[in-house]
Amino acid sequence: MAVAERPLVDVATDFPVLAREFGGRRVAYLDSAATSQRPRQVVEAMDLFQRHSYAPIHRGVYELARESTDAFESARDRIAEFVGWEPACSIFTRNATEAINLVAFSWGRRNVGEGDEVLITEMEHHSNIVPWQVLCEETGATLRYLEVSEGFELSLDELDAVLGEGRVKLAAFAHVSNVLGTINPVAEIVRRVRAAGAVSLVDGSQGVPQLPVDLREIDADFYAWTGHKALGPTVGLLHGRRELLEAMPPFLTGGHMISRVEREQSTFRELPYKFEAGTSAATEAVGLAAAVEYLDELGMESVRAHERELTAYALERLPEVEGISLYGPVDPDRRGGVVPFSIDGMHPHDVAELCDRDAICVRAGHHCAQPLMRALGVGATARASFGVYNSRDEVDRLVDALGRAREVFGL
Amino acid sequence: MDALYRDYILEHYKNPRNHGELEPHDLAFHDHNPLCGDELGVHVRVEDGKVAELRFHGQGCAISQAAASITSEELIGMPLDEVAKLDADWVIEQLGIEISPTRRKCALLMQKVMRGATTGDPSWPE
Repeated sequence: MAVAERPLVDVATDFPVLAREFGGRRVAYLDSAATSQRPRQVVEAMDLFQRHSYAPIHRGVYELARESTDAFESARDRIAEFVGWEPACSIFTRNATEAINLVAFSWGRRNVGEGDEVLITEMEHHSNIVPWQVLCEETGATLRYLEVSEGFELSLDELDAVLGEGRVKLAAFAHVSNVLGTINPVAEIVRRVRAAGAVSLVDGSQGVPQLPVDLREIDADFYAWTGHKALGPTVGLLHGRRELLEAMPPFLTGGHMISRVEREQSTFRELPYKFEAGTSAATEAVGLAAAVEYLDELGMESVRAHERELTAYALERLPEVEGISLYGPVDPDRRGGVVPFSIDGMHPHDVAELCDRDAICVRAGHHCAQPLMRALGVGATARASFGVYNSRDEVDRLVDALGRAREVFGL
Repeated sequence: MDALYRDYILEHYKNPRNHGELEPHDLAFHDHNPLCGDELGVHVRVEDGKVAELRFHGQGCAISQAAASITSEELIGMPLDEVAKLDADWVIEQLGIEISPTRRKCALLMQKVMRGATTGDPSWPE
């Protein structure tokens, strides 16, 4: 395993927000699955770009515009290199949701029709459910779900059975579940989906921030993710297979994506610009490049090892809290840094409220995964999720806070 | 004592008044808080234009359940047109605790549902 160039224990000092105190206690930010904090290296890169190099990209002929365009395209190169994909087939979007919508609208409307099926899973985030619901509604296709097993995983046998019926046109699934933490065998799923003649889309929003990701190895037709969960600002990425992207019509249309505009019709530019209508979020792209640079310096193997270790520690300590139920795979090798839980006699909202008294940020609610909540038979859960900057000490604080929360409720 | 989770709030949460279903009923409404997915439904039996009986059901946090329980006691016997006019301040006054902006909708869900049941208007009380 690669060794981090800096010990991860020092990393928290890079994140200005984590120095904040609430009620005299330093904030323990355990909500990185929702959005991650940003290191000063990212904030400074964005600041420098705006102070020093900001101008329209792909427009001006002057030196300053060349500089801003270089910064933007270098950012694309750096981000594409980080996940191992071709820059021209790496499209900047507003966020992962827009990346998935791009595929649903642009590829979906051309390739999915009545009698076809779109296959997703019960563990998807709403961003990887609703675009497919709408596509199916409009085209007369059928939306199907792979179940989440009792072990909180997907069944490849069930996948084969559904694919074997021969109607699936596209399968969309998470790399890592944002609620359960389940790490899905994406390369294997992609292989089976392709063998069945269908197209695959992986929602990598929770994958890229915490796992070493090599898209050539996963080889999905589409891979979507977002910067704001990966220590960067909110800018999304869609990586796609060239043949598919080239055959697809544009998603959003307007400026920048055109080659020539006549009064009645237009021709469109080459990849990736065909899919980047309007003025791109250049500052955010520069920020995300700084974020992946930062992650690369830590080493993604070390990031994964750190989050695995924290998750294992949380899974070991949280059962000390009376009345607690944990969800997600029990084996920390098979799950990412997220631990959903509930406590008998307390609603997750109240759990989160009482954690906040100790300056501990945990999420409560349905985590944008209502079908999963129903499959688990719960309305909501609390959720602690980890980032590179978290420590065992913060897990200890969470366990103590949950004990105190039970006392407040007289449990 | 905790400023939010006061004894009476927790007491109502653990032993909610007028909780359950009511058959037959004259009015029914069901809604949820889109932020957290909490759900609340009401059944109301009407006599002489007033709430004669009321039951609420669903799942939610201590604040939303206590708000439903506490206000249900006030709502029984109230004319329907008065129920429809009750605003957010009334609910918060009944609760007797300070409600932060992040918990406001928890407190108001019951009144949203009651307004829906009596007028068909599902908007949040102001």
